[in-house]
Amino acid sequence: MDKLIIIVNGIPLLLEGLIVTLELGAAFIALGLALGLAIAFAQVYGNRFITIFCAGFVQVFLGIPAMVLLFLFYFGLGEFGFNISAFAASVIAMGLRSAAYQSQVFRGAIQSIRSGQITAVKALGMNLFQRIRYVVLPQALRYSFAPWSNEYAAQIKDTSLCYAIGVTEIMREGRYIVVQTFGNAMLIYIIIAFIYLGITYFGIWLLRYWEIKLRVPGFGIN
Amino acid sequence: MTIKDIILKVEDIHKTYNGLKVLRGISFELKRRETKVIIGPSGTGKSTLLRCINQLTLPDRGRVWLDRIEVTDAKTNINKVRSSIGFVFQNFNLITHLTALDNVRLGLMKVKGMKKQKATEVAMEELGRVGLADKAENYPAELSGGQQQRVSIARALAMNPKLILFDEPTSALDPELIGEVLEVMIELAKSGMTMLIVTHEIGFARAVADEIIFMEHGVIVEQGPPNQLFTAPKHKRTKEFLHKITQLYGEEEAKN
Amino acid sequence: MNLVFSLDWLPILGRGMLVTLELTTIAISIGFVIGILLAIGEVYGNRPIRVLSIAYTTLFRGTPLLVQIFIFYFGFPSIGIMISSFLAGVLALSLNSAAYQAEYFRGSIQAVKKDEVIAARALGMSKLQGILYVVIPQTLRMVIPSWSNQLISLLKFSSLVYMIRVEELMYRGKIIASLTFRSFEVFIIVAMMYLGVVIFFSNILRMVEKKVRIPGLGYKSAQ
Repeated sequence: MDKLIIIVNGIPLLLEGLIVTLELGAAFIALGLALGLAIAFAQVYGNRFITIFCAGFVQVFLGIPAMVLLFLFYFGLGEFGFNISAFAASVIAMGLRSAAYQSQVFRGAIQSIRSGQITAVKALGMNLFQRIRYVVLPQALRYSFAPWSNEYAAQIKDTSLCYAIGVTEIMREGRYIVVQTFGNAMLIYIIIAFIYLGITYFGIWLLRYWEIKLRVPGFGIN
Repeated sequence: MTIKDIILKVEDIHKTYNGLKVLRGISFELKRRETKVIIGPSGTGKSTLLRCINQLTLPDRGRVWLDRIEVTDAKTNINKVRSSIGFVFQNFNLITHLTALDNVRLGLMKVKGMKKQKATEVAMEELGRVGLADKAENYPAELSGGQQQRVSIARALAMNPKLILFDEPTSALDPELIGEVLEVMIELAKSGMTMLIVTHEIGFARAVADEIIFMEHGVIVEQGPPNQLFTAPKHKRTKEFLHKITQLYGEEEAKN
Repeated sequence: MNLVFSLDWLPILGRGMLVTLELTTIAISIGFVIGILLAIGEVYGNRPIRVLSIAYTTLFRGTPLLVQIFIFYFGFPSIGIMISSFLAGVLALSLNSAAYQAEYFRGSIQAVKKDEVIAARALGMSKLQGILYVVIPQTLRMVIPSWSNQLISLLKFSSLVYMIRVEELMYRGKIIASLTFRSFEVFIIVAMMYLGVVIFFSNILRMVEKKVRIPGLGYKSAQ
């Protein structure tokens, strides 16, 4: 069986690619999470100047295609002598983009917390930091699970775009196999599709499990 | 009385939900121009009975005739039958994206195939009848509960039904809005509309009903003219229920 | 840092934008038809139809668009089915968009109150009439915000088909950049063009949403 041999020989390459894909995904999500949370809080609690600046950042990164961002950060910055690796350029471009998306998720969640609760802990004498740490954040993060798991899935899938600027993630390894074995594109890309399908839904399932575990009785009703 | 006068005949209706026997052999008849009120504790299958009549819920056993057409016959065109039975829901169930006028016109145009101009005339007349001609262009979300229920009565009336079924029409309303809906229903009863009403409004029942049916645990315990039921109930359960509910809603109201 | 822009780029990129808009329009339309059918199938269909609809949306939403594009462009020819690059791009974008649109339509269909459909049935409407006159009009209103996001997402992701040589905006930007060695300037222009169209579309759709909003909904009853 020719096909079987091609698959077996391809496994190490695909695994190497998968590791890079997962690294990219983890980096995008982590950078996006940290920066996204900061932007969300800045947008809700910041002064006018900060709010406008954040809104501008979000609009720009949501309005420009990921592919264009990758090109700007890799080839565009390269033009001025910032010679960063394709991997680093990907992480910066896609991490900032993910931050824009995640900030929207968290902002919505923060704003959906009933203001009476904030007033109540203000009355207890909590300062802004305490209010955020003990009241806002625990609820906002719980509210964010469903939209956040969409964002997780989107980031995992969007790692494939880094192929375009030469990161050797799983799509690139797949392309090598296709070229080396003269064809078999259908077979290889379907295998890759199922690998993505697996990590996407495994992550969603894991998040769902976690969400249920952290669920507070009566939360989300009303 | 001749057989011709009987417009609705319900015979031995049974319905079980998840092993719970909700209806256990209900039979009764409704004459043309008659108003019958069904009372009884919550959860005794009154709403299910109404839904079995126009087959929104399919009974497990038993038969229903409307004007000598067997509703429960599989060969009967159920949509045609439903178009001649008005149904007023507890939660009004107006269509959210349509104005009051369009809610009333909907069945006329889409089910009866009436031209828009004619449908508008009929709908405006019925909206006028329930006192809401000036709200024709308002959407359900812009109307109070009482107004919504009156629109839904107009929607039922517009189809020129042979009878109207009311499923606790005032139960979802704030106390101050109940009156306006009951007034419309009293007018309807006076005008000779045939009505079958499930309600907890005992005072209203006593005032308009030609006959009251007391239902409990899926069976009819007792039925008869209001005065007989209120002054000389034959069954202990009827007496207990009426006693409890009049205490709940006040003696005065029950007498009215 | 000195920046060099050229007016000569604009007509070339402009024509690319037209192709981008063409791709987006075709894909969103085909996706709309397939999406609404999938959603109706998923909510009202019998078991096999439901399973099929769910499998479709799971597959297309669970895998990257780029893989789907490659399957159409490289995959199909490798098993003897020749597809032009434009057709491969349109097919992948349409079928991908259909899966997302189906999810949004399904959510909106399920958000229509069941009681209203029962009321329509009580008036004598058939199930189909209930879907047509009660469910669909409300679904279409409710779906506008998420549908707008899908349109904008599709517009941006249509840039991926530059990789299979469809001559849309991204492709032309890349050609100019490789000829002029002015990647930064070219892609800033390309980015602004995308951004402009995205903002234009979101505003139009927000206006539409406002226009078809059902009065009184979401506000306290006006009596």
